[in-house]
Amino acid sequence: MDTKRFVNEFVKGLWKEIPPFRFVLGLCPTLACTTTVSDGLGMGLCLTFVLTCSNIFISMLRKIIPDEVRLPCFIVVVATFVIIVELVTQAYFYPLYMSLGIFIPLIVVNCIPLGRAEAFASKNPVIYSLADGLGMGLGYTMSLTSLAFFRELLGKGTVWGHQVMWSGFKPLSFLQKAPGAFVCLGIMLGIMNLIGSEK
Amino acid sequence: MHHEVWHFSDYVMLVVSAIFINNILLARFLGNCPFLGTSKRMDTAFSMACAVTFVLGCTGPITWLIEKYLLIPYDLLYLETLAFILTIAVFVQLVEMAIRKISQPLYRALGIYLPLITTNCAVLGTCFLNIKEKFNFIQTVVFSIASAMGFGLALIIMAGIRERFNFARIPKNFQDTSIGLITAGLIGLSFFAFQGLAK
Repeated sequence: MDTKRFVNEFVKGLWKEIPPFRFVLGLCPTLACTTTVSDGLGMGLCLTFVLTCSNIFISMLRKIIPDEVRLPCFIVVVATFVIIVELVTQAYFYPLYMSLGIFIPLIVVNCIPLGRAEAFASKNPVIYSLADGLGMGLGYTMSLTSLAFFRELLGKGTVWGHQVMWSGFKPLSFLQKAPGAFVCLGIMLGIMNLIGSEK
Repeated sequence: MHHEVWHFSDYVMLVVSAIFINNILLARFLGNCPFLGTSKRMDTAFSMACAVTFVLGCTGPITWLIEKYLLIPYDLLYLETLAFILTIAVFVQLVEMAIRKISQPLYRALGIYLPLITTNCAVLGTCFLNIKEKFNFIQTVVFSIASAMGFGLALIIMAGIRERFNFARIPKNFQDTSIGLITAGLIGLSFFAFQGLAK
């Protein structure tokens, strides 16, 4: 195993190819599950688990899965881990399960696990697929948490449910609503492009 | 409401609500990846809208029947996610094969969008919503089609606006997806005006 390559595959997901800013994929949970920081973090970690496990399994099965039916096979692998996440959150993290709602089963059709399976895990050894999945997942978690941080701070005046803004602060409740999510993500994407293009 | 007898006006309200008030794209955040991917040109947007309406109009009722007559009687509810996504994948594959045999022009117009529909979370999301809202069979059919029409409407409005972007001077970093998201937010804001329709 090449340690340098392992680190590279891990780190690229955290900044250079961070979803959903560098790779515009998996937008639905990014918009829907970022009204509070706890939702954003929870969604990110659920996706990290699914992505890492599905990457490992698809990489192990890459020589067995026939090319013509690879997409249904990937979907079945991803769906298996999504069901695990669904049952575990329902049993141990019930408030999170209730607030994420149908977006937990919808991880199945999130483009990130399928995209990484197609682009990376089906072509690379297990150990690098693990690094790729973990890095991409944690990068996505960071993006979701930071977007949720701004939306919760300015939209409600709180962080993780705690009041942090001064008492006379008037929250911009627009940011908590659906259109605010689109606008906030659009502006963040523009700013990320600005930072990326300076290099 | 679900246990009462539904009159014609209730169905009209369901359709209006699904298209305008709780638009699947702008208020529920489902199906954003194909929304941003296929809204650059009017003809692709229109083809995508037709394909989604057809697929959702069929898979919504099919998944409802599977839930009612297969998953509930055999106590297999934990397999809901897997069963639904496989149903959609198989249906889309069948339609693709059928269209290729029956009509070549139609296949050229819609063919490349059909595989994209499998991973469109508006389709799977609506199937879950049908179950979650405890709709009966007729309500499921109506809601599935109305929901897809809401998706199509938002997609076509967006394509109309994005075609005009060619003539607008947008800052370089905000081009493409970034301005697309901000525009989607503003369209969503204008859809808020329809909330007065619901009592």
